[in-house]
Amino acid sequence: MTAALMLELRDLSKSFELHHQHGARLNVLRGIDLRLHAGECVVLSGPSGAGKSTLLRVIYANYRPSFGAVHVRHDERWIDLAKATPHEVLEVRRRTLAYVSQFLRVIPRVPALDIVAEPLLQMGVDEPEARRRAGDLLRRLNVPERLWALPPSTFSGGEQQRVNIARGLIARRPILLLDEPTASLDVENRNVVAQLLAEARADGSAVLGIFHDEDMRDRVATRLFPMQALEAA
Amino acid sequence: MSALLQVRGVSRHYGPRIGCEDVSFELHPGELLCIVGESGSGKSTLLNTVAAQLSPTAGSVRYRQRNGGWLDLAALSEADRRRLAREEWGFVTQNPRDGLRLNVSAGANVAERLMALGMRNYSQLRAIARGWLERVEIDPSRIDDAPTSFSGGMQQRLQIARTLVTQPRLVFMDEPTAGLDVSVQARILDLLRRLVNELGLAAVMVTHDLAVARLLAARTLVMQGGRVVETGLTDQILDDPQHPYTQLLVSSVLTT
Ligand SMILES: Nc1ncnc2c1ncn2[C@@H]1O[C@H](COP(=O)(O)OP(=O)(O)OP(=O)(O)O)[C@@H](O)[C@H]1O
Ligand SMILES: [Mg+2]
Repeated sequence: MTAALMLELRDLSKSFELHHQHGARLNVLRGIDLRLHAGECVVLSGPSGAGKSTLLRVIYANYRPSFGAVHVRHDERWIDLAKATPHEVLEVRRRTLAYVSQFLRVIPRVPALDIVAEPLLQMGVDEPEARRRAGDLLRRLNVPERLWALPPSTFSGGEQQRVNIARGLIARRPILLLDEPTASLDVENRNVVAQLLAEARADGSAVLGIFHDEDMRDRVATRLFPMQALEAA
Repeated sequence: MSALLQVRGVSRHYGPRIGCEDVSFELHPGELLCIVGESGSGKSTLLNTVAAQLSPTAGSVRYRQRNGGWLDLAALSEADRRRLAREEWGFVTQNPRDGLRLNVSAGANVAERLMALGMRNYSQLRAIARGWLERVEIDPSRIDDAPTSFSGGMQQRLQIARTLVTQPRLVFMDEPTAGLDVSVQARILDLLRRLVNELGLAAVMVTHDLAVARLLAARTLVMQGGRVVETGLTDQILDDPQHPYTQLLVSSVLTT
């Protein structure tokens, strides 16, 4: 049986028009075609500035594509996020599409445990259960229990990153977008993340990520998707 | 999902001057929408028009009631409008002194809107008021104090308790954190974030602070010169602004 197609990019382009920089136009992505299947882990590779992060953000609908389509399998139907309404995008993010950036966006006064549990609550899991699972995941990622009740603004870079990963992975969503989620982690915690990703894939999730660390890339990638900056191309 | 509020082509002029012009949007149940823009861009005019405190020069505002029926706000009598404001809506003003009754106690401020709905049992009212003071992090032993003895941040939290105690379905907020210290702001924003989630409130909030929109609102509407120049997901608008005015607004803030 072939794995289900989960995400398909067709002729995707992205430029930024900077109205206050003398109307400069920055072409970052052009004519990207990409297909991602359940159980795969495709890693975007290429030099700094090649547009890797931009591509993930366009897929998450954090950036608007200038041209082309972002087809996402949502439940059993296909939605083109380039044309979706804001309410549809929110629904796709809630249940289908997860995005983990390199940095945690901390919310003032909200404890780490609640930040991690939130995606579960949004999916309708009850609070004690959501908190229990958040605790389990934080424990697995070696975030000390004494930190759970604190807002992560004072955490170390690596601790914040692990809270961020936990938040991104806690509610199983079929498509995972990861932008250097392990950049500030030590070897032991990278191992945990590699293990979590393997479990997500075995569970049928499709992963599209950026990993600069070669060792990590070799361990998680089933395929590379090379990219280069347009001006250099 | 069906909308709770439907705003179509709303304009409000002050004589020859434009307050807001040709604004349309929908609000769904449980959703918080932010209206951003610099001062004078028409945010409050729009909010007050949508909340039926000003009548529109053109366009329509429709609200879906608890019983499922649509109400055209322009067709409401003054009595119906007041009933709606009392039973289904809430309004939080920028200056808490405009939204509170300063000559009665904190507890009475919270209980008053419940009494307007017909609740009469004194000890029950007092218990609810006490519970709400705790919920907005005001020491319940201050229940008999006048709001004039409270700090600005406490007064704002009291106004929030007074507004939300009736469990409104729709809340309008005009710059609820403007003019407060940053640390006081953070506390109020956190409180609003939690209450909005817990109560499943729908809300329209005016703010000039993009960080507030990022924190609270999934969707945002950007106004300039009375018109909406950009609208969509808040993170999209802040991270990939399209309109020149939005780009200027985003690049003028230090961090969002
Ligand atoms: N919101 C934005 N507005 C304007 N330009 C942007 C925006 N986001 C990205 N860019 C530009 O797009 C180009 C590609 O950046 P991107 O961050 O996608 O590269 P990357 O491949 O992820 O690089 P790195 O490996 O260094 O993280 C850069 O020139 C960047 O300045
Ligand atoms: Mg990058």
